[in-house]
Amino acid sequence: MIRTRWFVTIFYILFLMLPIYGLVTMSFKTTNEILGGFSFWPQEFTLDSYIKIFTDSTWYSGYINSITYVLMNTFISVLFALPAAYAFSRYRFLGDKHLFFWLLTNRMAPPAVFALPFLQLYSAMGLFDTHIAVALAHCLFNVPLAVWILEGFMSGVPKEIDETAYIDGYSFPRFFTRIFMPMIASGIGVTAFFCFMFSWVELLLAKTLTSVAAKPIAAVMTRTASTSGYELGLLAAAGVLTIIPGAIVIWFVRNYIAKGFALGRV
Amino acid sequence: MARINLDHIRHAYSPNPQNEDDYALKEVDHVWDDGGAYALLGPSGCGKTTLLNIISGLLVPSEGKILFDGQDVTHLNTQDRNIAQVFQFPVVYDTMSVFDNLAFPLRNRGMGESDVLKRVNETIEMLDLGAWSKRRAQGLSADLKQKISLGRGMVRSDVNAILFDEPLTVIDPHMKWQLRSQLKLLHKQFSHTMVYVTHDQTEALTFADKVVVMLGGEILQIGTPEDLFERPSHTFVGYFIGSPGMNVLPIALEGASAHLGAQAIQLSGGVSVQPSAKVEMGIRPEYIHFDPNGMDVAITKVEDIGREKIIRAQLEGSEIALVLNENEPIPADPKVSFKGAGINIYADDWRVDMGA
Amino acid sequence: MQKTWNNKAWFLVLPVLLIVALNAVVPLMTVVNYSVQETFGDNLFFFEGTRWFREVLHSDRFHASLGRQFLFTFTILMIEIPLGVIVALSMPKSGVWASVCLVLMALPLLIPWNVVGAMWNIFALPDIGLLGYSLNALGIDYNFTRQPVSAWLTVVMMDVWHWTSLVVLLAYAGLQSIDGAYYQAARIDGASRWSVFRYIQLPKLKHVLIIAFLLRFMDSFMIYTEPFVLTGGGPGNTTTFLSIDLVKAALGEFNLGIAAAMSLIYFLMTLLVCWLFYTLSMKGETQ
Repeated sequence: MIRTRWFVTIFYILFLMLPIYGLVTMSFKTTNEILGGFSFWPQEFTLDSYIKIFTDSTWYSGYINSITYVLMNTFISVLFALPAAYAFSRYRFLGDKHLFFWLLTNRMAPPAVFALPFLQLYSAMGLFDTHIAVALAHCLFNVPLAVWILEGFMSGVPKEIDETAYIDGYSFPRFFTRIFMPMIASGIGVTAFFCFMFSWVELLLAKTLTSVAAKPIAAVMTRTASTSGYELGLLAAAGVLTIIPGAIVIWFVRNYIAKGFALGRV
Repeated sequence: MARINLDHIRHAYSPNPQNEDDYALKEVDHVWDDGGAYALLGPSGCGKTTLLNIISGLLVPSEGKILFDGQDVTHLNTQDRNIAQVFQFPVVYDTMSVFDNLAFPLRNRGMGESDVLKRVNETIEMLDLGAWSKRRAQGLSADLKQKISLGRGMVRSDVNAILFDEPLTVIDPHMKWQLRSQLKLLHKQFSHTMVYVTHDQTEALTFADKVVVMLGGEILQIGTPEDLFERPSHTFVGYFIGSPGMNVLPIALEGASAHLGAQAIQLSGGVSVQPSAKVEMGIRPEYIHFDPNGMDVAITKVEDIGREKIIRAQLEGSEIALVLNENEPIPADPKVSFKGAGINIYADDWRVDMGA
Repeated sequence: MQKTWNNKAWFLVLPVLLIVALNAVVPLMTVVNYSVQETFGDNLFFFEGTRWFREVLHSDRFHASLGRQFLFTFTILMIEIPLGVIVALSMPKSGVWASVCLVLMALPLLIPWNVVGAMWNIFALPDIGLLGYSLNALGIDYNFTRQPVSAWLTVVMMDVWHWTSLVVLLAYAGLQSIDGAYYQAARIDGASRWSVFRYIQLPKLKHVLIIAFLLRFMDSFMIYTEPFVLTGGGPGNTTTFLSIDLVKAALGEFNLGIAAAMSLIYFLMTLLVCWLFYTLSMKGETQ
């Protein structure tokens, strides 16, 4: 019994790791070796691809652009979602349920449907090819998600806490920042993680809304793949580097991931 | 039904207990009668849940053996011990009907459907669950869910014991009383061996034939409710049982008389204690009454609790409480005396017998 | 929790409302606008009424990509949800290994979608990829760039690789929230492993599985980047799902009216399915 269980887990993780293994080994191979045929392990171990990425500004600025708009989006999403989630968790108000449902439907909006109108909208606002444009566009799906997760965490805090604080003479802003936010700190962490994740992995909107100045790393990769022919080693190295920020973030929130999922409500 | 034999059991949660304090449960060596109703009573952290888990098979004790009807079950797991348990929070199978919930343990043991029908219907009758038998268990009230949990144990005719882990925690106060008396009735009718864990003395005293009072991993006393009331074997039992608890006063002994400050109180017999021991007298508020020839007290507070009054007073520098009927007057010059039958003597918190 | 009625709470919601409305309402209006007009280049628009909708709904191409979409979504749901539950059940319950498993499993979720596509492209290349090379070495004729079946299976496998972990995490969180007393009670009642799953774990997982189903349904219905990078929708149209077809129509052929009408039909379909599923699954709950 114990054996079969381990077998399932190990087999699944192995399945997850194989393509990543393929990517990592390829990033250390020379172009000749890659095109020469399959090898399980790099015959001529090389760091050329990584050196190229870290020395060529079109490459590394792609990383800086991605991280910039992802962090901006995470900050905006959490900041806007906090008061709204508080309102949903504590009060009933005109149209609250419809509003909540409407917010969630935006999680269903396919980016492919919205790509072109987004381009027109942000061009009209003069924000085309800026970080803030991508950060704001990603709010479409991240803000509803943030409200959803935070509301779950806030509902777990008894209302008596709020009432006691008001009786003790706290104003709403002071109570919210000094008492309430520290109490749901782990919830805010989990929410930030999910915003980071969805903004980091999305490409279609990010690519549509940028051309040079704010071009995300993932878009640099796509363009490289098509313009400079078959530089697979370089592509693989860039891919490996996009996995690393995610891996670091997961490690920090590993104990809260499961909780963040569990507390959300439909 | 079974007699439960706890044979020199000790338990520590850490793998290498160094001294007595490392044990969550200090040595227990008792035999519990077949068909008895036992209550494990004590404040949280006293080891009562540990003891229950050892009986249920969730924990294997670090030392000692546990026997059901002479058969060693120490290393048997829960399902092989053939017991039933009702938990603190109602555990029911939400998606099943009440009937199916009760039939579940029987069907799992491969009983034929006609026998299942008979047994379950009997149990439903016993527990007055008839009105709900076709309903889904989800969404029923907490007291009904607890009855279903109990029913899943009672439906099996061969259970060795039924264990209760603070089963009334989430029940509304007025339902608590009803469930408790129904439980008592069921025990009288079917005499299952029952073990009931609680921190509520009323629950323990009304439910059990024998109450096991625990503190700090140790059993202080096992006795009938009357024993606990009349002859608490430890000062803690005195405090913990009864409301208000027993008065415990520091005394000095001299032959068959006890000196409380300037007062001397005649005892029914001589007591011998270690000279270094801390000696105290225990007397329940019910055994103190106003007496014009008694000892002087200064009343500090009167609490009216309906049919009775609790008087708090100072006697020779010690705080005492006494109980008075609501229409009895409080004398202007209060003096009290103790009823001899209610006096117990404690040396280092443990009760010592008085000689004749 | 008892909530108090307070319309001033609207002020707290207002920022969210504005930022989401900016992103949702304005583009949606643009799409609606396109869907009822014909354009011949710069800023020349003619009102066309429901023509594009009628055209889309009667076009074989739309039916075909819709069919492919449903088959794909159905397939991955049938694989990912049971597989996710099975993995969650067999994971360690606590300790260092549980953390390690969680981190490794969450990894695919944090890889940019086009990198997922590129990674699988590299992985599956028949001559130089680990998967493609191994399959061919085992004597299986596999080439996802030429064989429709291989391509389709590769996209399914990629999606399973990418998203099953989401179901695992949700199910794992659901399992963690089950009180130990339930398992103890089941042992006392002599329940089999299957009964424990059927009568304790599955009912408690229902809620998170609804979330998993909805999320996976929505996301697989809008899948674009990964198959686009992996196969470009080919070979032929085998892996041309709704979003890919839509972008082809809008940007490749500049057929804005058709693309907009498709977008709206597609959005309404997602909404309808989610609403139906949600309502039906909640009905069972209150019964």
